[in-house]
Amino acid sequence: MNNPRILEIRRGVLEKNDLLAQQLRTRFNEAGVYVVNLVSSPGAGKTALLEVMLRHLRESGLNAGALVGDLATDNDAKRLARSGAPAHQIETGGNCHLEADMISDHLAEWGIDLSDFDYLFIENVGNLVCPASYDLGEHLRAVMLSVTEGEDKPLKYPTMFNSSDVALITKIDIAEAVEFDRKAAYTNIQAIRPGMVTFETSAKTGRGVDAWLSYLAERREALHTAAPEAESS
Amino acid sequence: MHELSIAYNLVDIASQAAQEAGASGVDAVYLRLGKLSGVEKDALLFGYDIAIKGTLLEGSRLEIEDVPVMVYCPVCDAVSELPDIQLFCCPQCGTPTGDIRQGKELEILSLEIDDEQPAYS
Ligand SMILES: Nc1nc2c(ncn2[C@@H]2O[C@H](COP(=O)(O)OP(=O)(O)OP(=O)(O)O)[C@@H](O)[C@H]2O)c(=O)[nH]1
Ligand SMILES: [Mg+2]
Ligand SMILES: [Zn+2]
Repeated sequence: MNNPRILEIRRGVLEKNDLLAQQLRTRFNEAGVYVVNLVSSPGAGKTALLEVMLRHLRESGLNAGALVGDLATDNDAKRLARSGAPAHQIETGGNCHLEADMISDHLAEWGIDLSDFDYLFIENVGNLVCPASYDLGEHLRAVMLSVTEGEDKPLKYPTMFNSSDVALITKIDIAEAVEFDRKAAYTNIQAIRPGMVTFETSAKTGRGVDAWLSYLAERREALHTAAPEAESS
Repeated sequence: MHELSIAYNLVDIASQAAQEAGASGVDAVYLRLGKLSGVEKDALLFGYDIAIKGTLLEGSRLEIEDVPVMVYCPVCDAVSELPDIQLFCCPQCGTPTGDIRQGKELEILSLEIDDEQPAYS
């Protein structure tokens, strides 16, 4: 005989990921490393921009590393390693996004000491849908939109643009050639996330990279001020 | 598509809870799904039917409650429902707002379970 009854549980489906992400964030804070999660559609220029960023940071005497998610290859980590900065590939084996447990597993496998780093960049799998749901413990999520992919991307992927903190308009060097409509792009970004800070960058010419990196430096500084125990005076 | 992996997470949590409660089976799972959760309803329902195979939840229904996005407007000092997730502004006065008070939910509310032991009656 069956006795149906209602069992209240009230649990988040992604609670495991969220808890692990929270633990990662605590670890990052304690190590004093500022962590950025880069998301975009495939080919928007994550690896190209990251390579330039890593170079600039190294030239300024800062230590930055990169964890790179990819469906099947380790090409992107190899490209990033050319900058001289440590890079580690996460092959997701078909998984269309990164999850917090992949970050902690790969940090262990990579064997780096987080406290040696000023910045850690996580290149997510090229995908504007799935990565939106997964907190990786990052301090900042940056969504990239290249000038070649249409100004209405934010409207097509509102959840991703809304869940991101900063937008980067990439490949700005070819904006004119592809008749990029800057005004429409900004209008759409602001419609989805009012007040969103937006940078225009080019990995080819380096345009905008310094402004974007200065912004990161400010954010990193603010984090340290908020958590003074990380660096005692 | 990550809804299949979400469905597996959901089934793990629900079957563990059902087991701990001593259930012999599960008839339904009640889920709150925010419009900004990043999860697509139909894909999740599809994934659910795959993920429940061979578990305590086999044969159960997934009942999804759509949760609208609610935003706070500082000008109106009011929380209201956002009619369109492609335009984050106050539906009363048009002020842009990113102050989201609801709509990211991906939460199992409850389960309808069958008890292992028939009640003494
Ligand atoms: N003109 C121009 N081309 C760029 C720029 N950035 C990237 N590209 C080109 O765009 C293509 C894709 O760049 P990637 O850096 O591999 O893009 P990605 O986002 O890392 O790609 P996935 O990891 O596969 O999602 C390459 O052919 C790059 O040379 C840029 O700033 N300007
Ligand atoms: Mg890449
Ligand atoms: Zn208002």
